[in-house]
Amino acid sequence: MNIHEYQAKELFKKYNVPTPRGHIAFTPDEAVKAAQELGGSIWVVKAQIHAGGRGLGGGVKLARSTEEVRSIAKEILGMQLVTHQTGPEGKLVQKVYIEEGADIKKEYYLGLLLDRALEMPIMMASTEGGMAIEDVAHNTPEKIIKVSIDPLIGFQSFHGRKLAFGLGLPTEEINNFIKFASALYKVYMDHDAEMIEINPLVKTGDGKFLALDAKMGFDNNALYRQNQVNEMRDLTEEEPTEIEADKYGLSYIKLDGNVGCMVNGAGLAMGTMDTINYEGGKPANFLDVGGSASAETVAKGFDIILKDPNVKAIFVNIFGGIVRCDRVANGIIEATKITNVNVPVIVRLDGTNAIEAAEILNNAGIVNIIAATDLADGARKAVAAAKGE
Amino acid sequence: MSILVNKDTKVIVQGFTGKEGSFHAEQCMAYGTKIVGGVTPGKGGQEHLGQPVFNTVSEAVAATGATVSMIFVPPAFVSDAVMEAADAGITLAVIITEGAPVKDMMYAKAYATKKDMMTIGPNCPGIITADECKIGIMPGFIFKKGNVGLISKSGTLTYESANQVVKEGFGITTAVGIGGDPIIGLSYKQLLPMFEADPETHAIVMIGEIGGDLEIQAAAYIKEHITKPVVAFIAGQTAPAGKRMGHAGAIISGSAGTAQEKMAALEAAGVKVVVSPADIGKAVAEVMAKL
Repeated sequence: MNIHEYQAKELFKKYNVPTPRGHIAFTPDEAVKAAQELGGSIWVVKAQIHAGGRGLGGGVKLARSTEEVRSIAKEILGMQLVTHQTGPEGKLVQKVYIEEGADIKKEYYLGLLLDRALEMPIMMASTEGGMAIEDVAHNTPEKIIKVSIDPLIGFQSFHGRKLAFGLGLPTEEINNFIKFASALYKVYMDHDAEMIEINPLVKTGDGKFLALDAKMGFDNNALYRQNQVNEMRDLTEEEPTEIEADKYGLSYIKLDGNVGCMVNGAGLAMGTMDTINYEGGKPANFLDVGGSASAETVAKGFDIILKDPNVKAIFVNIFGGIVRCDRVANGIIEATKITNVNVPVIVRLDGTNAIEAAEILNNAGIVNIIAATDLADGARKAVAAAKGE
Repeated sequence: MSILVNKDTKVIVQGFTGKEGSFHAEQCMAYGTKIVGGVTPGKGGQEHLGQPVFNTVSEAVAATGATVSMIFVPPAFVSDAVMEAADAGITLAVIITEGAPVKDMMYAKAYATKKDMMTIGPNCPGIITADECKIGIMPGFIFKKGNVGLISKSGTLTYESANQVVKEGFGITTAVGIGGDPIIGLSYKQLLPMFEADPETHAIVMIGEIGGDLEIQAAAYIKEHITKPVVAFIAGQTAPAGKRMGHAGAIISGSAGTAQEKMAALEAAGVKVVVSPADIGKAVAEVMAKL
């Protein structure tokens, strides 16, 4: 789960990670009021969406008067902001963050994430602030300094010194940097974050460090114990069909093909998409129905898949282990009674009681259900059906 | 022969009396696994499924001589259970539970390593040595005995692959579901040498998926150390970047962790990589025919 920049900065503030002062605004009037409250003569108006690259897309602008704050807020609020992370359709901007201007002397990058190979968090810093870190990593990897932080000892001063000297900071600024980085590590660990990115981290004229931007993502498995983070969840930033699927214990992700898939198990669900692709088709979605595959979940799965008008056929691929195939077969038949399935459904059931399941499906006499013998056969039939063959 | 577990392995179950724990412990016993007891704090002294229940893992180990624990406790209690097992001298913990926080696993695995306890999972189907011992939730009947070792991040793809291998007339020595979380216990790199050393295993199937770089590490290891043929499939060739595909660890970050880079690394290491998971069985038949 991700949160907005302004929300991440709220968490930062609680841990004394310095950020510019700012207020959230939903209307141009509120934006002007926020600027007046902040005072000063220069403000930044920042679109709040869950995607990076907002500046390049025209979602972050400088204002030198409150009238300019109003006109920029008017322009940004309600726009479909397109960045390299939103896809071509962009994302609707519903709120802007009004921030005081900062006295920027130099820009850096600072990030924290889990290193899966080392099985501990790593902190990364770079002098190439304000640039996409993936590009820096690709073109000039020597400009990224990394320290791994064993959670058993936590963030120590030596971690900070290694980063600070690596960035070429003058000695008198090093303690400021260590304080900043150490507080950030606490934010990361205390909130079960999986990623924090500050790009840019800026050094001000008086040698202080300030998080000019803030991006945070969290471990979904730990949300049960992170109430404050949960309250920051913005459902309007998420796919409505994915939220609905989640309510029923289904894991669904929309793709852009025309062969719908309903599978048990995440690995087999991906494998099914790959098989459809291999057989010359394009998967319309990822859908893991989980272990039970009851009539209700299967029916809900059909509903969700069919919300996508591109779907021309559905491939149900279930490998019955503990869940018996005959039950799944009955579930599918029940599901076609609960919900109207108007495209061909190719069904492959293998594993426990697969033979009984095939009989149940054949005897049910439902015209748009086509039985398949194995994974390849099912994928081929589904691809052909989607092409209208 | 086999790896890690066999018909003599003594197993306890943490979360023994819970719904999931009970159901699967019973299935494991029916398969032939020596479940010698279980742990449910507060229910010590009772009997469950004909076996003793203990309050602590230490007591269970002292009374039964168990070396392996199968863990079924809810996600919030997984790290505690793993650390208790490590503290009690268990040598292998098989963690079935899905949904344990990453931070918890970070601590639990560090402690397990310190105590020389191996872990499998979390969020995995477990481990099975065909016809001898099943510690987990997989349907045992699919795994006919044979000469193919299996390592997989995915549960249902494990069943799918084992089923294909059996349909081609071969069978399984041991199959290990290593789980799809960001931090897992035993992985390809630790399991490959075990299969290499096992005389009954003639070929190895490895199933990977997008996210992380365990498969890349495996490729480097295979190139240097593995002489037995390896067949691999990597799930998620058609997965979009930045989306979590069901498993907590199955996510392409930026341009890293794609199926394509993993497939290329494995191919360069001499592994027979199949593009479609429907071809795993056929590929195994091909490499076995050449032996």
